[in-house]
Amino acid sequence: MSDDRLMLDIRHIYKTFEPGTPGEKKVFEDFSLQIKKGDFITIIGSNGAGKSTLFNLIAGSFLTDKGQIILDGEDVTMQPDHIRARAIGRLFQDPLKGSAPGMTIEENLALAAGKGGWLSSVGKAQKKEFRERIALLGMGLEDRMQHPVGLLSGGQRQALTLMMATYNAPKVLLLDEHTAALDPATSEKVMEITNSTVKDNNLTCLMITHNMESALKTGNRTLMMSDGDIVVDVSGEKRSGLKVDDLLGMFSKASGRTLDNDRILLKDN
Amino acid sequence: MTLALVKTAIELGLISSITVLALFLSYSMLNVCDLSTDGCFTFGASVGAVVAIAGYPYLSIIAAMTAGVLSGFITAFLQTKMGVDSLLAGIVVNTALYSVNIAIMGGASLLNMNKTVTVFTMAENALSGSSLADLSKLLIILIAVAIVCLFQRFFLKTKIGLAIRATGNNPDMVRSSSINPVMTTIVGLCVANAFTGLSGCLMAQYQKSVNIDIGTGMVTIALASLLIGNVFCLHRSIPVRIVGTLLGSVIFRFVYTVALRLKMPAYMLKLISSVIVILAISGPYLKSRLPLMLRSLKHKKGGAMDE
Repeated sequence: MSDDRLMLDIRHIYKTFEPGTPGEKKVFEDFSLQIKKGDFITIIGSNGAGKSTLFNLIAGSFLTDKGQIILDGEDVTMQPDHIRARAIGRLFQDPLKGSAPGMTIEENLALAAGKGGWLSSVGKAQKKEFRERIALLGMGLEDRMQHPVGLLSGGQRQALTLMMATYNAPKVLLLDEHTAALDPATSEKVMEITNSTVKDNNLTCLMITHNMESALKTGNRTLMMSDGDIVVDVSGEKRSGLKVDDLLGMFSKASGRTLDNDRILLKDN
Repeated sequence: MTLALVKTAIELGLISSITVLALFLSYSMLNVCDLSTDGCFTFGASVGAVVAIAGYPYLSIIAAMTAGVLSGFITAFLQTKMGVDSLLAGIVVNTALYSVNIAIMGGASLLNMNKTVTVFTMAENALSGSSLADLSKLLIILIAVAIVCLFQRFFLKTKIGLAIRATGNNPDMVRSSSINPVMTTIVGLCVANAFTGLSGCLMAQYQKSVNIDIGTGMVTIALASLLIGNVFCLHRSIPVRIVGTLLGSVIFRFVYTVALRLKMPAYMLKLISSVIVILAISGPYLKSRLPLMLRSLKHKKGGAMDE
């Protein structure tokens, strides 16, 4: 559960792409966001609102032009992405992005577990631990440890990626529409695994979604973004009584426009 | 075909197989086509020869491998830290090594090692009189190949080995993970080129001479062997693929020897290896394009209403 300690403190960040060119795009101007330890935040936004850019800035794929990012008390503003990745787990919409198809499940997990020195290899005890943990997914993957990951289905691969990203509990978990490319049943299954993983490890998590109902149902705080700003920020009791229509109303009122996301789902089908 | 010829084919095949194993690491695992291979092979050969001629046959092996590491490091550094395209980095290093190699050989383009004590002559002396005397060269080569194979088998299982494989297998994944692709590329190319240098060093000592052209076309020849090996075992486990790679190099050298016996001129080697590489790479591509090409042909012939 969330306590009052800040896990992620984004302070007055600025980000402009291709500055000084005709294609210049200001995404963030003086954007700030505070996230408490244990928060599970869902994010909805119109097209080009800056949701994925926000994730890229948190993960260090891009550096901010100005401002600071503090992760669990440590200033990571100028830290390169592979260093930040030790404390930040990340999933993308594309299930193919998070694991190496030509390597076996066991080898992928060995990379994620990342114990020992560079010249160490996985021992028997650790292989057993991999099997036990992957059995928890309930997908039968524990009997396929030596299969190349390329043979898995999209849902299996995304579940595996989730497990890899959270193998050593990260300080922050970033989920960028990680169930959007899956069929409804698989999507639900992966969402279930996500919920239990976040809960069991008491992870701090940010999830971008285009499913409004799931955004309200999941987590403890919902943000709506438009044009590089947070226009709606609800949590606690105020949030628990909300319906999708209320949320849409709040968005129009705050941003002065209707939510234009070509993929938005108002309800679960 | 005489037995001696078969033996020579196997020996040469196994010596080049060390370069093929180097490309297995850089090309198959790291997914970098390292075009500095030719120069690095000659680099290992010339450095190894100079050290051996100076009277240090054991040291020559270490010196040649160190030279390989250095060459690999520069190629990797150029492509990861200096913004040079990976193919261009290889070509530039390859070209630079031409001058370096002649400089190492004291300004000559040929070094003779007829009277030099090499690892091969040492083995020959040690085994002279015994029943293994005839096989002394093969023995040395087999030991070297076995060490390289075992090293790769265990190396590719270590954390750094897995990270190198992931870098080549899914750059997207590596970008969002704690693996630093700069580090994996540098380590991968250093290790691979150490083997290329070793291969060159053994080739020079085996032939008892170094020519500045000893490595010319090596990258294509090694790729051809690698791709022949892939035919047997592309989607298998790493140990099987390592053995397949060895098999590929011996088969390549064997077919070449047979072709020579059938009066194919020796200068055809490089053309043949190029054709093998082209076929092995474009074959699967063309096969995947075939249905589309056939449909397009039908479409042109029969008008647009064929559906």
